Amino acid sequence: MSQSSIMPGLRPTLGFTVVYLSLVVLIPLSTLVFQSFQLNWEDYVHIITNQRVLSSFRVSFSTALVAALIASFFGFIVAWVLVRYEFFGKRFFHALIDFPFALPTAVAGIVLATIFQPSGFLGKLLIDVFGVQVAFKPLGIVMALIFISIPFVVRTVEPVLLEFEASMEEAASSLGATRLQVFNKIIFPNVFPALLTGFALAFARGVGEYGSVIFIAGNLPYVSEIVPLLIVTKLEQFDITGATAIALTMLVISFVLLLLINMLQYWVRKRSGQL
Amino acid sequence: MSILLSNISKKFGAFAALDNINLEIPEGELVALLGPSGCGKTTLLRIIAGLERADQGRVLISGQDRTHHDVSQRGIGFVFQHYALFRHMTVFENVAFGLRVKPRKDRPSNDVITKKVHALLELVQLDWLHDRYPDQLSGGQRQRIALARALAVEPSVLLLDEPFGALDASVRKDLRQWLRNLHHDLNVTSIFVTHDQEEAMEVASQVVVLNHGRIEQQGSPSAIYDQPANAFVSGFIGQTNVFDLEHHDTEWLQAAGLSTLHQQGKIVHVRPHDIVIEKSSAGSDAFVILKDWQHLGALIRIELVKSEANRPSASVYAEMPNEQFKRLQLHKGDKVDLRIRHAHWFH
Repeated sequence: MSQSSIMPGLRPTLGFTVVYLSLVVLIPLSTLVFQSFQLNWEDYVHIITNQRVLSSFRVSFSTALVAALIASFFGFIVAWVLVRYEFFGKRFFHALIDFPFALPTAVAGIVLATIFQPSGFLGKLLIDVFGVQVAFKPLGIVMALIFISIPFVVRTVEPVLLEFEASMEEAASSLGATRLQVFNKIIFPNVFPALLTGFALAFARGVGEYGSVIFIAGNLPYVSEIVPLLIVTKLEQFDITGATAIALTMLVISFVLLLLINMLQYWVRKRSGQL
Repeated sequence: MSILLSNISKKFGAFAALDNINLEIPEGELVALLGPSGCGKTTLLRIIAGLERADQGRVLISGQDRTHHDVSQRGIGFVFQHYALFRHMTVFENVAFGLRVKPRKDRPSNDVITKKVHALLELVQLDWLHDRYPDQLSGGQRQRIALARALAVEPSVLLLDEPFGALDASVRKDLRQWLRNLHHDLNVTSIFVTHDQEEAMEVASQVVVLNHGRIEQQGSPSAIYDQPANAFVSGFIGQTNVFDLEHHDTEWLQAAGLSTLHQQGKIVHVRPHDIVIEKSSAGSDAFVILKDWQHLGALIRIELVKSEANRPSASVYAEMPNEQFKRLQLHKGDKVDLRIRHAHWFH
C-alpha cells in the first residue's frame, strides 16, 4: 500500500471491493458455516456418509467434470470457427452462443427433457439407433450441463484466439512446421490457459446447476439425483441442519477443486513464460 | 540462391498492390526493397516467401519454380517486423523450433540441436540469454533472436520485413552494420524491406525502388543515387531541390549556371551538395538571401530564399562542409550568389 503508487484510488476501490465481497459473498457463506456449527461432528459425519448423499455427490461432481471436459472441447472448436472463418450468418451464430446465458435454466431443462425423453424426438432416435437412453440418466445431466456451460468456454477462449498474432503462425510455417505442428506447438499452448479458465467456469457452473438438470435427470435416488436437489429436498422437509451440512461439504469440495485448477493454471502460465 | 520473379501481379480487391513485377536477384546479394508505405514492397516479400499468393506470375528460387510451394516447403527464412517470437518458449526453444519440427528422418539428434542452437546464439551474441522468454528481452535482442531462429534451418534465401522498423534510432544504426557484416560472413541471398532510404543505401548491395506496385529502378546504391531513373527515384532517395521550369524563372536558373539550352525535360532536380554559394559580388543578378542554417554534424544545411520580397517563394537548400561555411563568414539575411554544379532533368 505504498503512498507513491502511480495508480490513485487504491483505498476507495479496495474498500469498495471488501464491502461488496462481504455483503454478497462472505456474509452469506459464513452464515452457512455458523449454521453448521449447530451440528456436532458425529451428526455431521452421519449425514454426509449417508449412501444417498454420497451417491448424489458422485453424480454431481462426475457429471459436472465430464460435461466441462466435453464443453471445453466443443467450445474451443466453436470459438475457433467464430474467430477464424467468415461465413454466412456468423453474427446470428454469435448471438446464439450467448443464448444459454439469457434463457431461464428451467426452460432449457424442460425443452431438453421433452426432446430427450424416450418418446421425444431425439430420445426415440437415440434409443432406436444406438440403444442409448439419455433422459433420466446421468447422461441426461451431462447433456443439460454441456448446454449450459458451453458459452463460458467460448467466451473465455475467443478473445485469446482473436488476439493471437498471426505472424507467430507464419513464422512457424516458414520454419518448416506442418499445419498440425503449428496448432500443437504454437497455437494450443498459447490458448491453453484461457481454455483452462473456461473449463473451470464450466465446471463450477455445472456443479451448482439446478434448474436445467432436474427436469431431464429424473432425480432417481442413487442414480441421477444431484446434490443441489438433495439440499432443496432437505429444506422442504425443514431439515435445515441436514441441508447446511451437505451445502457446506459441497462448498469445501468446490473450493478445493477450483483452487487446484487455479494452481494448475498458474503452473501452466509460469512454465510457458507468461508470468 | 538466385531469385527470379516474372510477371508478378497481385490485387487486393480493386487495389493493384503489385503490377507486373519482373525482378532478378543474383546469388549472394543483400537487396533492399525500398519504397513509400503502400507501394507493395511487403506484399512482394511475402509472395517470395509464400505467405501470400500472387494472382499471376512465377517465383523461381535457384532456377526451380516454387510458385505453388507452401511457405514451409520453400526453404526460406523470414524475419518479421515485430519479431513474431514464440512467447511461450525460451530463447533456446525458439531457435531450436525449426530443427525440432523437421520430419523424424531429417531431424538432428538432441545433442546436435543443442550445439547448433548455441552456435547460432553466439553468432548473434546472445547466448547468455538462452533461458529467457521473449517478453524479457529488448527490441534489438528480440530481432537478433528472430534472425538466429530463421538461420537455424539454413535457408537458401533470407527475407526480412522492415527488420529495424520497430527499433529506436541508436539500436537501428548498430544492427544495420551488424546485419551487413553478418551477410558478409554468411553470404546467403537476402532481401529486406524498408521505407528508409538511408537504411537501404547503407546496408544493401542492390536497391530496388518500388512505387505504386511497380519497380521504378534497380541498381547499386551509388547508381541509384547518381543516376536516378526518374523524378520519383530522385526525390525519394536523399534530399533534393525541385525546380519546375514552368513555374520557375528560366533566366534565374541560367544565371545560376544551369544550362537550359538543351532542355532535357521540364523538371530539374538539384541535390543540396550540388549547389555552391558564395558571398554576393556586385552586379550579380542571381543573388538569393540566406534565411537560416542547420548543423547536420559535418555538414551545414543552408536554407536560401529568392530575394523577391513581394512574392513568397519556396526555399532552396544547399549543403556544404562546416569548415567551408565558417570561412564564408555569412550572416542571416546576407545576399549570396548561387551556382548549380550538377542537375538531373526529368519530364
